[in-house]
Parts: sequence; structure tokens; C-alpha cells
Amino acid sequence: MSKNKYLEDISEIKDMMSRSSRFISLSGLSGIMAGVYAITGAVITYLFLLPEPGTYLTLHSWNFKLILAILIAVASLSIITAYLLSSKKAKKNKEKIWDATTKRLLVSFLVPLITGGIYILIKLSSQHYGLTGSLMLIFYGLALVNASKYTIGNIKYLGYAEIILGLICSAMPGYGFWFWVVGFGFLHIIYGSLIYFKEEKA
Amino acid sequence: MGLIDNINKLFDHRIRLGIMSILMVNENMDFTSLKELLDVTDGNLASHTKTLEKANYIAVEKSFIDRKPNTKYSATKSGRIAFKKHIEALESLIKKKE
Repeated sequence: MSKNKYLEDISEIKDMMSRSSRFISLSGLSGIMAGVYAITGAVITYLFLLPEPGTYLTLHSWNFKLILAILIAVASLSIITAYLLSSKKAKKNKEKIWDATTKRLLVSFLVPLITGGIYILIKLSSQHYGLTGSLMLIFYGLALVNASKYTIGNIKYLGYAEIILGLICSAMPGYGFWFWVVGFGFLHIIYGSLIYFKEEKA
Repeated sequence: MGLIDNINKLFDHRIRLGIMSILMVNENMDFTSLKELLDVTDGNLASHTKTLEKANYIAVEKSFIDRKPNTKYSATKSGRIAFKKHIEALESLIKKKE
């Protein structure tokens, strides 16, 4: 038996281990699009909906409800785009989009995210708006880091970046909006482009 | 005792190697998913899982989901130990020959 045979065995082991436990069809383009949606939402909010200096956003105002609607729209558009582009890519890779790995991926992503979402809503209902941007970034980052063990690639670094940004944001009250734009807009576009160009090369 | 003695004959086959690799990183895996991942026929996969089962390297759990039979495989403790030894043997053989 030759050394080549042993090397082949080792690479077969690695290939099977990663193919059976990690989701490889995350699309870079969907990251870029998520960033674009976030920035579009932020621009609309900044131009029309942010309260005048010296006044506050209240829970029952129309502006607050509209901002919430924009947030939900940005999140849903991002999820729909990610789903469509990833299933297209999965088809190309002859992978199934809905298997045991994607289920585990979703669960590990959603647990921190939903925890954070509920926490933020509770805080908002007791008039604590101040840290919303920071909390969104931190919990989203934790969700990414937690889900990254079921993906191939460097999504955990995006998670770490979001967490660090969220922590800095919590130390700088009043700039939540801008940190949100950087975290959900620019970081997604940068990360998505990195993945996208890697895909193109491959 | 040479290094070659640590090479496990049972794992010296692409499909059995694949089955063990998959079960090392997944708690369990059903028959259909294994078949798709390894790209083999039913009969082929069944005969190799049987071999591994006889060696007590994998455990089989049969159940019914919506009245359809569902067979789940998982690696046993002795299977995990044996497979780790096998990987170590492969690695040291590669290093030695460099």
C-alpha cells in the first residue's frame, strides 16, 4: 500500500466529516443584499422618522411603529433573499437545503436571536430605548458565533465583529443608530463581498 | 509491533470509512441520509453497515415515523476509539514516509 492511499483516506474522512455536518451553501450575495436592505432602511429612518433633537421617540407614536415596520421588513427581506440564493446554490452543489444540518444550524442561530429579541421588546416596553442598537448587535453576533459551527467559512468572525461593535456601542450612548448602520449595513456588505469573490474564484 | 498493525482492516474500505467519518461528527444519521452522502445503493450500504454493526462499532436503532420504517445509526464508544486509532495510524504512516 502506498502513501497516496493513506492520504486519500485522510482526505475522504475530512470531506465526509464536513459535508455531513456543515452547511456549505451560504451565499455571499445574500450577505451583500442584507447589508443593502439595512442601509436603505436606515436612510429612510434617518430622513423621515428620527425624532427632532431634544424630543424622544415614544412607544405609541406613529414614528416608532414605522421604524419597527422597517426593521421587520429589513429582516424579512434579508431572510427571504438568503433562503432563495442559498437554495439555488445548494441545488448547484447538489446539496439538500433542508436536512439535519440546516435544522441544527437554524436552531443554534435562532435561540440567541429570539432571546435577544424578546429581551429588547421587554426593555422597550419599560421605556429603555437607549441600548437597543447595542443589544441587537450583541445578540445577533452571538447567534452568528453559535451557528458558525455548522457552516463552512468564517462566519464566526462576522459574529465576533458584531459583538465587539455592540459592546463599544453600549459604552457610547446616543450613537446606537450609527453603530446599527455599521453593524448591519457595512459589515454585511464587506463580509458578503469577501465570500462572493472567494466563490467566484472557486 | 509495527505501525501497520494499527491500521484497522475494517476501515480499509471507502464506504465503511465514510460511514464512520459521518458518525464521528453526527450524533446519529438515518439510512437515507447516509446513502445520499456516500452516493451508494441500498444493498451496498446495508452490507457495510452490517459489517460495522457486527464489529460493535456502530449501533442501530429501528423505529417507525408515520408508519414508515426509519433506521438510525450511531457510533459506539468502542467504534469511536477504534476509528481514532485508525486515523492516528494513517497520520503517522504518512509522516513516516515523508
